[in-house]
Amino acid sequence: MASSKREIENKIYREFSHIIYPSWRKKVIPLGIVAIGLLYLGYVFSFFDMYNIGKRWNTERASFFALDSYAHKVHVQSYWKNPLKLKVTLEGSRFETYDPYPEWVTGSKNENKRIDFGDDGYLVLLDNKVVMHWTDGVPITVTRPVNGKLGIQSLEDLPDYVRVTKNKINVRPSLYSRVQFYKTKIVIHRYFNGWEYFFFDFQSPLANHGFFDTLRFVFLDKRLDPKMSNLSFAWNEFLYNGLWLHKEVYVALFQTIFMAVLGTLIAAVFGLPMAFMAAYNVTPFGSVRFILRRLFDTLRGIDMLIWSLIFIRAFGMGPFSGILAIGVTDTGTLGKLMSESIENIDKKEMEGVKSTGANNLQQNRFGILPQILPIFISQTLYYLESNTRGAIVVGAMGAGGIGLQFLGSLQTGKDWENVAYISLVVLITVVVIDILSAKARRKLIG
Amino acid sequence: MSLAVPNHLSVIELELKRQTKMRGVYSLTIFVALVLFIILGFETANEANSGGFLQGFSQLLDFPIDIIKMSFDAGWGWFYLLVEYFPALMETIHMAILATFIGFVGAVVVSLLASQNLVKNTTAVSLMRRVMDFSRAFPELVIAMVLLFLMGKSAVPALIAIAFHTVGALGKLFSEVNENADMKAVEGLTANGANWFQQVRYGIIPHVLPNYLSYGLLRLEINVRASTILGFVGAGGIGEQLTANIQWTYGADVTAIFVLLIVTIIALDYLSRWLRGKLIASGASVVG
Repeated sequence: MASSKREIENKIYREFSHIIYPSWRKKVIPLGIVAIGLLYLGYVFSFFDMYNIGKRWNTERASFFALDSYAHKVHVQSYWKNPLKLKVTLEGSRFETYDPYPEWVTGSKNENKRIDFGDDGYLVLLDNKVVMHWTDGVPITVTRPVNGKLGIQSLEDLPDYVRVTKNKINVRPSLYSRVQFYKTKIVIHRYFNGWEYFFFDFQSPLANHGFFDTLRFVFLDKRLDPKMSNLSFAWNEFLYNGLWLHKEVYVALFQTIFMAVLGTLIAAVFGLPMAFMAAYNVTPFGSVRFILRRLFDTLRGIDMLIWSLIFIRAFGMGPFSGILAIGVTDTGTLGKLMSESIENIDKKEMEGVKSTGANNLQQNRFGILPQILPIFISQTLYYLESNTRGAIVVGAMGAGGIGLQFLGSLQTGKDWENVAYISLVVLITVVVIDILSAKARRKLIG
Repeated sequence: MSLAVPNHLSVIELELKRQTKMRGVYSLTIFVALVLFIILGFETANEANSGGFLQGFSQLLDFPIDIIKMSFDAGWGWFYLLVEYFPALMETIHMAILATFIGFVGAVVVSLLASQNLVKNTTAVSLMRRVMDFSRAFPELVIAMVLLFLMGKSAVPALIAIAFHTVGALGKLFSEVNENADMKAVEGLTANGANWFQQVRYGIIPHVLPNYLSYGLLRLEINVRASTILGFVGAGGIGEQLTANIQWTYGADVTAIFVLLIVTIIALDYLSRWLRGKLIASGASVVG
């Protein structure tokens, strides 16, 4: 019976009318959800005052810290009492004083001093005033304060990089040079690119030598310190670098990795047997399974960080509390995951093992374990990866390690090159562990 | 003897026995090494710790018992604390949602540019992948602490840090989804003369959106935890309240915050599982 065109149209209409003419509900509900979502986002935006995000951002401060993270500065300081008596130090430290002066500070004992700023220009210190010759403008003179007021003069209007306030004159012609005048003293900063004294610190006899000089020293027969070889001397000087604290950083890094590895191992050792006990095809007792399941949920649900707070309360600050926090949280996670995969195994293998007369333990050992072992190992590696990050976070909260070092160097707030150094170490560690574990997992899965 | 064992078979049997024995030896060695590592590691960590394991172990339950006792002492007032800390909890949740949203949008853009089947320029693809690797590698806490230092203590730096990390974490998953998408729809659109945006909008997005949303929901769960943690270092919200109260040992407040947090995490877990189940079902109908 051939159906007419009209009939076919009717049929199409009946079959697909809900697509061609969707009901008002289908039109309104998605729109409503999107509208509510947008309204909510708008509310949250204003809740956090995101419109004024630009105001919070202090470009000057940020660029200053950015500069400080890859450059070091040399301070030149003198007092108006006697401006010709200079003190040249690295980052204003009492212990790192340049004597003799670096080559960009010229002038001997009672002469006028000239300080060179490279491309930015230079300034001359006289016994009652300072004359600055910046390359892009006319000389600016600042005179010794009279009645507690600094004097400043220029032939033209002052350029906008000179800021005069009541107690201070701040001159910053470029990021790399800065001169500050106070009522009693003059502070001059000159920045240089690079991490200075990264290998050997200021006091070290090996500082200020090139790479090849140091290499030659290492293989020299004559010992600098009769007690040890030159190589171990150089190694010691590197480790005990007072500015960069290499030893502390690497010990802390080791602690963090250690926390992650040991925590994950503990989780693996406890999680696997517990997973067997929580799987219905292994354990016939429902109550045991129920208790273990809820235990896994609790261990997982209370975050790693909260666990670490509890353990720090009990065991004190240190890696031990971190290890326990990681171990306890991941026992829950691994236990849950593994008990699920034990329940999903192929039953045939177990039946095969059973038919040979194997007892319960042997059935589990030879029927189940070989099936879940690859999954188990790859999951464990995956958690090792994420626990490295976790150990950094837990460490910053008080468990020690590189996280705490990072927080410490950040909170002192002046050594941004240390912050940059530690973040670089963190970044490299995380990436290396990611790559290693990804490779190992790929090998295991095949 | 009717069942005489041929010579070569006994050799095989011996070899098998030897190998089984060797395997047993290997397994035992690895096991002993692991146990030794754990014990030695525990010892080392125990020494480095400011408090020891044995005396600490007896104190392990002190703090939980203390705070639970304090909560009972608080009586009915404890329930009022739940209400008192609710706004702080909401702040943390808002933070997580907004950060996940920003990160989600960023991840969609980055992942589309990082998919080999959508962008022919291999340098652009590998560049975008490096961008994702970079933003994923930094723990949120590290970025957040630097930004908190630069921008002052508020939720915004933490929000940016979480969003930044989310771009990398989600971007990687999204680009894998994109690369596994069925390209027939895109081919059809190309044949109709659609430009790149139209190809992506009508050819790729309808396929991958359910997966995107499902990954996004999983990420939201993680981000709620992350924004709690960032509260510890000064981003506000419930995390800040929690550290303060732990330091002051206000037990009732601590348990109230714990209950709020755990209930939120469990509720979110169930909600996102339910929603993901729905999305995958609808996704299957879209793709299939």
